[in-house]
Amino acid sequence: MNEKVREIELLSERTDAPEFAIGDTIRVDVRIREGGKERTQAFEGTVLARRGSGVNETFIMRRVSQGIGVERIFPLRSPNVQKIRVTRRGKARRAKLFYLRKRTGKSAKTKARGIS
Amino acid sequence: MNGIIGKKLGMTRVFNEDGTAVPVTVIEAGPCVVTQVKTVESDGYEAVQLGFERMRRKTANKPYQGHFAKHKLAPRRKLTEFRVENPTDYKVGQEILVDIFEEGDVVDVTANSKGRGFQGVVKRHGFSVGRKTHGNRNHRRPGSIGQSATPARVWKGRKLPGRMGNSRVTVRHLDVVTVDVEKNLLLVRGAIPGGTNGFVLVRKPDVRK
Repeated sequence: MNEKVREIELLSERTDAPEFAIGDTIRVDVRIREGGKERTQAFEGTVLARRGSGVNETFIMRRVSQGIGVERIFPLRSPNVQKIRVTRRGKARRAKLFYLRKRTGKSAKTKARGIS
Repeated sequence: MNGIIGKKLGMTRVFNEDGTAVPVTVIEAGPCVVTQVKTVESDGYEAVQLGFERMRRKTANKPYQGHFAKHKLAPRRKLTEFRVENPTDYKVGQEILVDIFEEGDVVDVTANSKGRGFQGVVKRHGFSVGRKTHGNRNHRRPGSIGQSATPARVWKGRKLPGRMGNSRVTVRHLDVVTVDVEKNLLLVRGAIPGGTNGFVLVRKPDVRK
């Protein structure tokens, strides 16, 4: 990549986000605009996958809400992703945890890793 | 000035404040230098010739060197004329920077498209392909190219296979996302013709049309 293009991409780099890995449970504050008003909504769930690099990096989160699985994809550098906090470190032996979609109950959770 | 010469550096994306991602092409636009001023009296029409990107004097041939030496300028790799109404406002040696554009402007970008080589009718003209199976033997052929005894020839302009790309292409009405005068950078929304490091012309849209 051209050096000057790289410089432009560095402008949007996230410095506030903590290190988080696949299998971790994280909480994301999402900025939502509805009806001209802005508010922040938290979304907490397991990180199933991270893909892309640089400005194009996104991550997939999954949570089971009222018995229904909800997945959301966020661009890591989107300004709508206001804050990321790691609530639980999870152990993952895969790079993509899509198998969790078929699981329910205890087996749908990742094992804890280290101290959270 | 209504245009500038630049170089395509590549594409990336930037985020708006509301979180929408904007695909942008980064152009190194200028600094250009006025290399010649053409007036009705001297040349029969009015234009300003700009030069972009310095080159080693040795790599320029003698007549090319002379064109610049006349005004004690270093040779530039790319020369382009821009039609202006008041060429006498410009002086040879004057610098033209990206500050002729500002955020929110609409521009036209002209460049040579990437050469695709000899291509068939499907890729080159968007013909539909035939069925791959069920005994079909017409997969990517052009089909009929005309009638019979009348006209007994193929009409001019018939779309057939041939060389594709490497032609001058203009993409019109692109939004200017960012102008960085210090770094001579211009961010334009969307894709522009040609490959990375290719020369491009960025112009204000022609309002006469």
